[in-house]
Amino acid sequence: MSIEEAEKGLIEDFEVFDDWMGKYEYIIDLGKDVPMIDEKYKDENHTIKGCQSKVWLHSEMKDGRIYFTADSDAMITKGLVAMVISVLSGHTPEEIMQSKLEFIDKIGLQEHLSPTRANGLLAMIKQIKLDATAHALAKK
Amino acid sequence: MDTTLKTKASHTEFDVESIRREFPILSVKVHGRPLIYFDNAASSQKPLAVIKAISTYYETVNSNVHRGVHHLSSLATDQFEAARKTIATHLNANVDEVIYTRGTTEAINLVAFSYGEAFVKEGDEIIISQMEHHSNIVPWQLLCERKKAVLKYISITESGELNMDEYKKLLSVKTKLVAVNHVSNSLGTINPVEEIISLAHAKNIPVLLDGAQAMPHMKVDVKELDVDFYCFSGHKVYGPTGIGILYGKEKWLKQMPPYQGGGEMIKEVHLDKSTYQEPPLRFEAGTPNIEGSIVLATAIDYMNKLGFDAIAKQENKLLAYATEKLSAIPGIKFVGQAKHKSAIVAFNIDGLHPYDIGVMLDQQGIAVRTGHHCTQPIMDLYCIPGTVRASFSFYNTIEEIDVFITALKKAIEILKK
Repeated sequence: MSIEEAEKGLIEDFEVFDDWMGKYEYIIDLGKDVPMIDEKYKDENHTIKGCQSKVWLHSEMKDGRIYFTADSDAMITKGLVAMVISVLSGHTPEEIMQSKLEFIDKIGLQEHLSPTRANGLLAMIKQIKLDATAHALAKK
Repeated sequence: MDTTLKTKASHTEFDVESIRREFPILSVKVHGRPLIYFDNAASSQKPLAVIKAISTYYETVNSNVHRGVHHLSSLATDQFEAARKTIATHLNANVDEVIYTRGTTEAINLVAFSYGEAFVKEGDEIIISQMEHHSNIVPWQLLCERKKAVLKYISITESGELNMDEYKKLLSVKTKLVAVNHVSNSLGTINPVEEIISLAHAKNIPVLLDGAQAMPHMKVDVKELDVDFYCFSGHKVYGPTGIGILYGKEKWLKQMPPYQGGGEMIKEVHLDKSTYQEPPLRFEAGTPNIEGSIVLATAIDYMNKLGFDAIAKQENKLLAYATEKLSAIPGIKFVGQAKHKSAIVAFNIDGLHPYDIGVMLDQQGIAVRTGHHCTQPIMDLYCIPGTVRASFSFYNTIEEIDVFITALKKAIEILKK
């Protein structure tokens, strides 16, 4: 499945919710299935600090594709992180670097990317792209 | 006789509904629900008197101050200086002791720089506390780095009060200044500032008070307090952003060098040397926030018209009610339980992150602040990532607190599922 197809799938999943509660309950549920980062990686190097909630992120290259594991101390942030990872994990560095992640906007979660939300999500996406760039360079 | 008194009392009773109508933003909807604004400690909303004064300024007065001989310039200057007088009268200060700044942060930075240049040298000490806003920590850290001085912190108790015994021990011949907040922005604690000042003055040490969180709630008299420096922000007292006040005793201001150069702060400029104005102009470089200054006086007038006793009564009622209702919520832990508190309740719910609660409340139209509130040392002390903070203003209502409590219960239910 391409990144765009995975995004489309998520957008469709969210179409069933007509109120904020259902939407957020689903986000929280998605967080429970996040590919959990190994405790040993929960160090300063893997910490992405938002102003409010913390995100830990680890990436690994296998057969030319990047796989992410993560965690967050806040449930909603963790759900958002899980969504981003589910869309990007298992793709090549080039695909990840080029991804636009339009699903966040389309699901109506763009306010979580606002710098004032300070949940670390924006910083995490930047870090994912940096990791992808680093893996791409290492490959060469 | 009795009847007359009662009638009078009912006339002066706080009419929240009519006051709310003076604040247009209070009728907006957020996520389809009526806005409940409980983030007043971060910034207050503006009454029509203030909003209109801003447009009146630009429609009829706008011009640069202290310069032109033309009509508008003298009108702007008159209003700018009249506003200074209004603010000085409100603080019970002399008019030359009132300096316009961008806000509390700039006021503190100004003192840290200019007082620091004049009075602080290597090995000297500055005393602040562990409950300070970053704006009353970092300027002193910068000063101490610059001068190789030492920054000392008064610790706080579990309930969020200053450890006064420790404070007494910290005061020494090396202390050059004490700088603490009047009211804590993250705990709501009202500090015993009279005692803090008198203990410092007994050793001839001046005191700066960060009044950002006090000015919206109480009448401050700088002469009665005998405080050396007092700072506050316009936007927290129902005025515009980008304007604030530094009050400083003349005896200190006169001995302090300028903070920034250029514009109105000069007396004469020559290629080899310049001379500076007397305070307050010495500390007001560049074209000031003219509109902000004039409208800040409008905001102060507005508050005085409401009356600080009435404001305090309404806000204390809200604080007591919210505290009582919140106490009944399972797993709640209040952060900041000082005996004397301003209308701020900060808390955590066992097992939940404040961020998640903030997002859930926002979805229900309720604006609270979550996070460390620019007081990271306090959060480190209590070993928490932050708090949920509801801060009230006189325009908030008991009904809003009821909606907030229901919304909070719903948030907890969803998050704990």
